[in-house]
Amino acid sequence: MARRERRTRVKERPVVGAPTARDFASGVSPDWCPGCGDFGVLSSLQNAYAKLGRGNHEHLTVSGIGCSSNLPGYVQTYGMHTLHGRALAVATGAKMANHEMNVVVTGGDGDGYGIGGNHFVHTMRKNVDLLYIVMNNQIYGLTVGQTSPTSLMGMKTYSTPFGNIEEPINPIALAIVAGATYVARGFSGNPRQLADLMYNGMQHKGFALIDVFSPCVTFNKDNTFDFFKPRVQELPEDHDVSDKGVALEQAVKWGDEIPIGLFYQDTERSSLEQMEPVLENGPMAHQPLGISKEQGEAIIRRLM
Amino acid sequence: MANYDFVVAVGGAPGQGIDTVGKSMSQICARHGLHVFTYSAYQSLIRGGHTFLTIRISSEPVANHGDKIDLVIALDRNSLEKHLPHVAPGGAIIYNSDDVKQAPEREDIQLCPISYKELSDNTDRKKLMLNICMFGVALNMVGGDLAVLEDIITLTFLKRKGQAITDANLAVARAGYNHAAAHFNPFEAQFTKQEPLAFVDGNSAMAMGGAAAGVKFYCAYPMSPSTGVLKWMADNARDLSIMVRQCEDEISVINMVIGAAHAGCRAMCATSGGGFALMTEAIGSAGMMEIPIVVINVQRGGPSTGLPTKTEQGDLWQLLGASQGDFPKIIVSPTSIMDGFDTIPELFNLVDKFQCPGMVLSDLTLSMGFTTFAPESVNWQPKIDRGELITGAAQTNGDYLRYQITDSGISPRAIPGTPGHVHVVATDDHDEDGGLISDEFTNPHKRRDIMDKRQRKMEGIAAQLPPPTLEGPEDAEITLIGWGSTHSVIGEAAQQLTEAGMPTNHIHFKWLYPIDEDAVNAVLDKAAHAVVVECNYTGQFARFLRGETGFKAAGHIRKYDGEPFMPHHIVEGAQELFGGKVGVYVPYQEIVV
Ligand SMILES: Cc1ncc(C[n+]2csc(CCOP(=O)(O)OP(=O)(O)O)c2C)c(N)n1
Ligand code: SF4
Ligand SMILES: [Mg+2]
Repeated sequence: MARRERRTRVKERPVVGAPTARDFASGVSPDWCPGCGDFGVLSSLQNAYAKLGRGNHEHLTVSGIGCSSNLPGYVQTYGMHTLHGRALAVATGAKMANHEMNVVVTGGDGDGYGIGGNHFVHTMRKNVDLLYIVMNNQIYGLTVGQTSPTSLMGMKTYSTPFGNIEEPINPIALAIVAGATYVARGFSGNPRQLADLMYNGMQHKGFALIDVFSPCVTFNKDNTFDFFKPRVQELPEDHDVSDKGVALEQAVKWGDEIPIGLFYQDTERSSLEQMEPVLENGPMAHQPLGISKEQGEAIIRRLM
Repeated sequence: MANYDFVVAVGGAPGQGIDTVGKSMSQICARHGLHVFTYSAYQSLIRGGHTFLTIRISSEPVANHGDKIDLVIALDRNSLEKHLPHVAPGGAIIYNSDDVKQAPEREDIQLCPISYKELSDNTDRKKLMLNICMFGVALNMVGGDLAVLEDIITLTFLKRKGQAITDANLAVARAGYNHAAAHFNPFEAQFTKQEPLAFVDGNSAMAMGGAAAGVKFYCAYPMSPSTGVLKWMADNARDLSIMVRQCEDEISVINMVIGAAHAGCRAMCATSGGGFALMTEAIGSAGMMEIPIVVINVQRGGPSTGLPTKTEQGDLWQLLGASQGDFPKIIVSPTSIMDGFDTIPELFNLVDKFQCPGMVLSDLTLSMGFTTFAPESVNWQPKIDRGELITGAAQTNGDYLRYQITDSGISPRAIPGTPGHVHVVATDDHDEDGGLISDEFTNPHKRRDIMDKRQRKMEGIAAQLPPPTLEGPEDAEITLIGWGSTHSVIGEAAQQLTEAGMPTNHIHFKWLYPIDEDAVNAVLDKAAHAVVVECNYTGQFARFLRGETGFKAAGHIRKYDGEPFMPHHIVEGAQELFGGKVGVYVPYQEIVV
């Protein structure tokens, strides 16, 4: 893995005028291998943050553990680098505590679809207003190359020297049926489209998943940039994103043509925060603490 | 007048309305100004099985269920047979003669058969209201007020079940009450009337303490015996503006709490041993990221799924060892139900100040027990001190260091959303700025500095925690040492022993970890022949105390059969260990449910 050149954050500058992607660079050089797909995801995210036009302090970037999960250190926003697989749970808590913040979750396929699989399914079901970006390299990068829940059949890895015999998960199809309301696939080799998907995902009210093909150039010799470049195809222009059935048809496509773009979006369904009446006075984190004497006395009356 | 101290027990099958009787009885006592402590011996079955609810009623505050049973209400034949031997001489047992072919035999107690068929005019074939009828009988015998009973029946049923059912219940209650007046001897000691009290269970008390402390985020995954906290929070969430969530598992619970706490809320969760086990990795992450959280572990019998409906103090080492590595943490074990209320705000102030996880060690006895309290004794507005928190909009020039190295080890904490303080918190070890020091260049000097910084907080915490108290005569011959929920039962045993000519005192621990060795040893130095009393097999607290202070107890009284201590269990153990004897005494549990 690459030597990290710069290790300290740059000083946070007040943003004057419209922010640019550079305002969202932390100054810490990513410790990713040269050529790693995650670089494209990082730059797309910095662009999307900038386009949203809000201050650095109004974003929270949350990750788990993995190469990809190191990302919060490289963006100039509030960040949480949590446990392996737990980013969605932590992010849900943070969003519930302060729903005025833009909360973005980043991580890897092992982190999100493997160890974090339970949180993944349930966070989508709850439709928490988060943008979840999975840098899917179909491998466990940080632990130097074991099979992951998205590794293809037959793939040889450190832990499957004779080839993988387990069917991979289909995150797009899973997300559509589990209740996510914005489901997209991007490609690190197509950062412009990816930034748009991210920006729209941040604007979306509800749970947004972007599964990103983000090749691991060191440990996945099968699913490389060269593998994806000829295969990825934009979804057809007349693709109806509001139709679950059509979205699923596209989601199961794999082979010489692999669709990317926005598969599914439900703009009708309320997100969890919108459903939650206790948020009507603003973020929980800003509410006065404790209870009044009158509230206490009312509780006691019910206990007599 | 001598102290009024009377125990009523209700036995029956789940579904026979034992809880209704228990709750109503406690409520009536509370309205009479009498103190109550209840213990329910029950089983996990939703229907079937057997439940035995003990209600101790006293003119003085009580916090354990005592030794003797004066009056048993047997809702079914099984209860009659099972609990007939448990009635103290001079006591009474109420049973339904319709179910019984042969009258039970005991001459030293009053047998109180009723024919429910007759008393209900044969209108309730399914015996749905037998509990209420027998309750009427019992209330008459102890001198309770029929009007108060009527009031409580109306309160219990009218809103939920309507007028007809309320009237039917009132009718059988009156029939029972009047039948007793005509046929049974009242107890000599009768209910008195004082200022009314309120009553509450231990889980609700901790939830209320959370609300008073300013908890704004609560989440849980259901697990007995902790679910009562979730119930209270869910019931009161809207009124009190608290976010309450049920999660997919306990791993999610703790991580959500961490997320909410980091974003600025006071956040709390509760579980039992198995759920706590799932939380352990994240508890360490709260230590590493320096995020203040409160986790309640309501212990039940272990190991594994263990005894879901039975009590134990068997999770101490689980909490002590929760998560890998060393990090600051606080463990506290409330000593009574209302102490549970006070403990939560106290703990929140500590974890906010020292930015670390705080763990509350309750158990089934404390959490599922009910107690009375004087309404005016509750402090709804405890001190709230959030420590060194940055929430203001002051723009810094960007030199904010989340983990700034300080003498106290405490680094001012900026809440996300605050301008000018953008930073990353990480579960990897990190430098003052949150930059990872774990990956490629593990820097031993930075690592040492940041470990020293975090661990320095432990000195501050230990200095702030009150040492245990020594209660009872100074010149005792035996000292009982306990922790947490057993405070009252050990205290009562010590008193009985002293009165019986064996002067006994009592050292009790509420704050378990960290320990200020000198302060604790100063108290332990006063101990006589020391006996540690605890509800587990291996003497977890005795071992802990020895490790932390070098103090080695001579004797041990340990119970691990699932049932809580009664005072006489401890008295008998202390008698065995009297005169400098060493060893482990395991009391025999007489009442088997
Ligand atoms: C509880 C736990 N188990 C295992 C690990 C070791 N671990 C760290 S990252 C990782 C897998 C990373 O794979 P992925 O999430 O796909 O991220 P990538 O490195 O490929 O970006 C594993 C197994 C850990 N940190 N914590
Ligand atoms: S994912 Fe692969 S290429 Fe990227 S940093 Fe990790 S090991 Fe290197
Ligand atoms: Mg991966």
